[in-house]
Amino acid sequence: MATAEIRNKIFGTPETNYLNCTKGWKSWAFTLDHKRIGVMYLVGVTAALFLAGIFALVLRSHLFKFDSGMLSYDNYNKMFTLHGAVMVFAFIIPSIPAALGNFVLPMMLGAKDVAFPRMNLCSFYLWIAGTSCLLAAILFGGGLDTGWTFYTPYSIETETGVIYATFGAFILGFSSIFTGLNFLVTVNTMRAPGQTWFKLPLFLWSLYATSIIQVLATPVLGITLLMLIAEKTMHIGIFDPRYGGDPVLFQHFFWFYSHPAVYIMILPAMGVISELISVYSQKRIFGYSFIAFSSVAIALLGFLVWGHHMFTSGQSPIVTLIFSAITFTVAIPSAVKVFNWLATLFKGSILLNTPMLYALSFIFLFGIGGLTGLFLGALSVDIHLHDTYFVVAHFHFVMVGGTLTALLGGLFHWWPKMFGRMYNDALGRISCALVFIGFNVTFFPQFVMGARGMPRRYASYDPEFQIFHQISTIGAFVLGLGILMAYGVLVYAAFKGPRCSSNPFRAASMEWQSSSPPDFHNFIHQPTMNDPYDFDSQIYDEELDTFIPREFVDPDKLPARPEPVPH
Amino acid sequence: MNLHLLLQTSNEELIKRVEQSTLSGTKVPQSSIEHEGASSFMQFWDSSYWFPEQASTFASSVDYLYMWIFWVSTIFFIAIVFAMVYFCIKYRRKGNEIKPLPSSSHNTLIEIAWSVGPSVLLVYMFFSGASGYFDSKTPAVNAEEIQVTASRWNWVFTYPNGDSSSELHLVNGRPTKLIMQSTDVLHSMFIPAFRQKMDIVPGRYTYAYMVPTKTGQYRLSCTEYCGREHSKMRTLAEVHDTDQHRQENTQWIKEEYYPWKNGQRTYMINCSGCHKINGEAATGPALNLLYSMKERPLMDGQVAVNEDYVLESIWYPAKKIVQGYGPVSKMNSFKGKLTQEDVNEVIAYLKYLNNPADVAGGDIESGLRAEGSDSPKETTKQAKGEPTEEGEAVATEEAEEIDTEQEDAEEADEKETEDEA
Repeated sequence: MATAEIRNKIFGTPETNYLNCTKGWKSWAFTLDHKRIGVMYLVGVTAALFLAGIFALVLRSHLFKFDSGMLSYDNYNKMFTLHGAVMVFAFIIPSIPAALGNFVLPMMLGAKDVAFPRMNLCSFYLWIAGTSCLLAAILFGGGLDTGWTFYTPYSIETETGVIYATFGAFILGFSSIFTGLNFLVTVNTMRAPGQTWFKLPLFLWSLYATSIIQVLATPVLGITLLMLIAEKTMHIGIFDPRYGGDPVLFQHFFWFYSHPAVYIMILPAMGVISELISVYSQKRIFGYSFIAFSSVAIALLGFLVWGHHMFTSGQSPIVTLIFSAITFTVAIPSAVKVFNWLATLFKGSILLNTPMLYALSFIFLFGIGGLTGLFLGALSVDIHLHDTYFVVAHFHFVMVGGTLTALLGGLFHWWPKMFGRMYNDALGRISCALVFIGFNVTFFPQFVMGARGMPRRYASYDPEFQIFHQISTIGAFVLGLGILMAYGVLVYAAFKGPRCSSNPFRAASMEWQSSSPPDFHNFIHQPTMNDPYDFDSQIYDEELDTFIPREFVDPDKLPARPEPVPH
Repeated sequence: MNLHLLLQTSNEELIKRVEQSTLSGTKVPQSSIEHEGASSFMQFWDSSYWFPEQASTFASSVDYLYMWIFWVSTIFFIAIVFAMVYFCIKYRRKGNEIKPLPSSSHNTLIEIAWSVGPSVLLVYMFFSGASGYFDSKTPAVNAEEIQVTASRWNWVFTYPNGDSSSELHLVNGRPTKLIMQSTDVLHSMFIPAFRQKMDIVPGRYTYAYMVPTKTGQYRLSCTEYCGREHSKMRTLAEVHDTDQHRQENTQWIKEEYYPWKNGQRTYMINCSGCHKINGEAATGPALNLLYSMKERPLMDGQVAVNEDYVLESIWYPAKKIVQGYGPVSKMNSFKGKLTQEDVNEVIAYLKYLNNPADVAGGDIESGLRAEGSDSPKETTKQAKGEPTEEGEAVATEEAEEIDTEQEDAEEADEKETEDEA
């Protein structure tokens, strides 16, 4: 067994780590280290989040009055389009997989890096290029006013920067494919010895399912957007009815990607929540295999429901019927996850710190987002609710209440690992409260508005809806403040926070067996392969003030292992 | 911010103020002004809190299903949140001692139960939603056919007699079929009070069916983003109790000829060289028989005879070739030459050729609309308030009307002078 000296070397605070092992901008710009790429991705997507968040606050301010003259109609249309396009393509899709996933995935496998480090760096630069194209649409293309969905034939006719933006989304697609492909190969080939599929942390199952979607669905978006550019420049007559094209065909192609993309956004979030709930309950996750397979089921079913965005589009009623039926089946694996999380809490030892509060907020908000999906899956009800604020509220509950909350929870969970410093938990919890309250105040009134017939993408509206819009706008600012505060707490902690130990939360997955922050090579020892949800394998070490695997504890100090519960 | 406004369904004072101003640039329907402020937030269990009033036959089934799903969701949600909060309080970590209680981490029976159990509820939601959907998609026999033309950022509704209006005017209880087309980009026709919505796709026809059940004014909005003034693309759908009331209270955009007559002119200029109307085959098939068929035999297979088929045959003649006229179409495309509105009139003419009684004004040889009448009456029976068959071809009575219309015109003139006074 390991001596105290070796233990200190492995789990103590290291002198060099991945952050300070090399210096200078080149050491970051040309790094092949998945951790640095993850951090750069994190900075990038956060910038995109704030940019798109500002767009959101501007358009919410505009909607404060029903006949507001704050923005011209054109500017309002550009504002909601850019908010959606930047949020979806530049923020949510890469957020958890590319930022958190990049950092955590190889370490959870006990690996030194991802399978293709150069491809990983390339993915980041493609993200930069794609996002720059999106921004070029604003700077040189005169904005973008098609809605993030680029529906034809409006996108063919408008004179705003559709070509810049679609080309940007095309490039971002490649960025997403590269990340997905990398993760697939990494999980398949680089698992630690003894780490079977059913000993993977559930976060990896969800990232794996996400990667399948990224690799299979994104090319369809790419080719669709190229065809849109060809249609716009050369009038090839695929989507433009003036040349014999079919605008509804574009919707099919678009949603064939963009519905699975919804699961690219939410599946990694569910994976994060599975980790957080289990670690902060200190209890084996309930129904591991059901959660794991529900991720795969969601990924596969997600390919078969794109038509539910098009119930009113004029597609055949029979097709509509089939899509409605399959849509309801997606509800089942989602519900299974929620039930399993609750069962994990049962009889746990629940620590209500910042990441756990975000995880609990996720269950609350995703619960509303998921259940309101049932209204939209039911055909006759959807006919009424389609393209109203009900839909806006529904997908924000899933995308923001789900993904963004999980991202923040995940950041608070892995932040000590990433930067070796602890955040102020009290302030973190306040930020969670602000996000939670602000979010609900923003989006709950939108359900009522939508059901009463307020259409989306309206720059002016009937005055009877004004009171709801006003509540919503106030909530949006609270939400913005909450997110700002969360990032403030994190960034302050990264630079000034107190040093923290290698495994402060008694997590059992392998990334916590490295020092905080990790060494450039991730592990300076061979990490021991444990069951990621067997928390009894981690023993408190007083000298280091951290939890270390049983294998490293002095045999004479080793406490008896509690009786394993039969399962 | 007045808090009581939050609790009410509508913001009445504000709306009254707006009604007088022209700032919003669109019309505010009376119904939203008259909407009772009775159901407060504390009555969210009632569908009237969530929905505008019910004014069509399938509104109540939509509301019922919505509230059903609402209760199922609410029960599940409360259960989830209750369990979550209860566990978090009961099992919260006290001090630094980590002591989870022993419990199972797996129970196949429970997991299968909570996977399969809720599915039963989902199956009900699916069937109920699907049946409501098919109800709203089933055309009523003898429905009044109104052509809807959406363009940025206007609505034009054209009635069987050729007149049109910028608001949708319906008659209470009469089945209506909207035949919708767009001249530019995607639009969507949404009438919240009817719970009906349908996209309008350029280059093809889409249809919406409805039977209004309550008189009044309702919102009609475009719900598919269509550019700068998308949010101004709002108008009214007004339901009148009788045909007469509709005729008298609508601002009509008048048309001199009946649609079939305009269609005939289009036919004479563009089509008559190749298509006969006496049943004889020429370069192309005769047109008088087209609308007597439900399905037309093609070189390969057959096609349902409807608006889309006619439009496609005129714009893209090579796509579907009638049996015996192949293998290659000899017809040139009329895309760019005939608009979708022209095609609508040709369709009216094709229907006229099959049976003049099928189209408005079909029994008037000249096709000329009666002159001097401000608001042409459609049926004497309805004018007298007697019940008629729903959706009866309004135009057949048009001729009987000519005499009385003269009087009506005088009446209308009198009314105008009164108004001026």
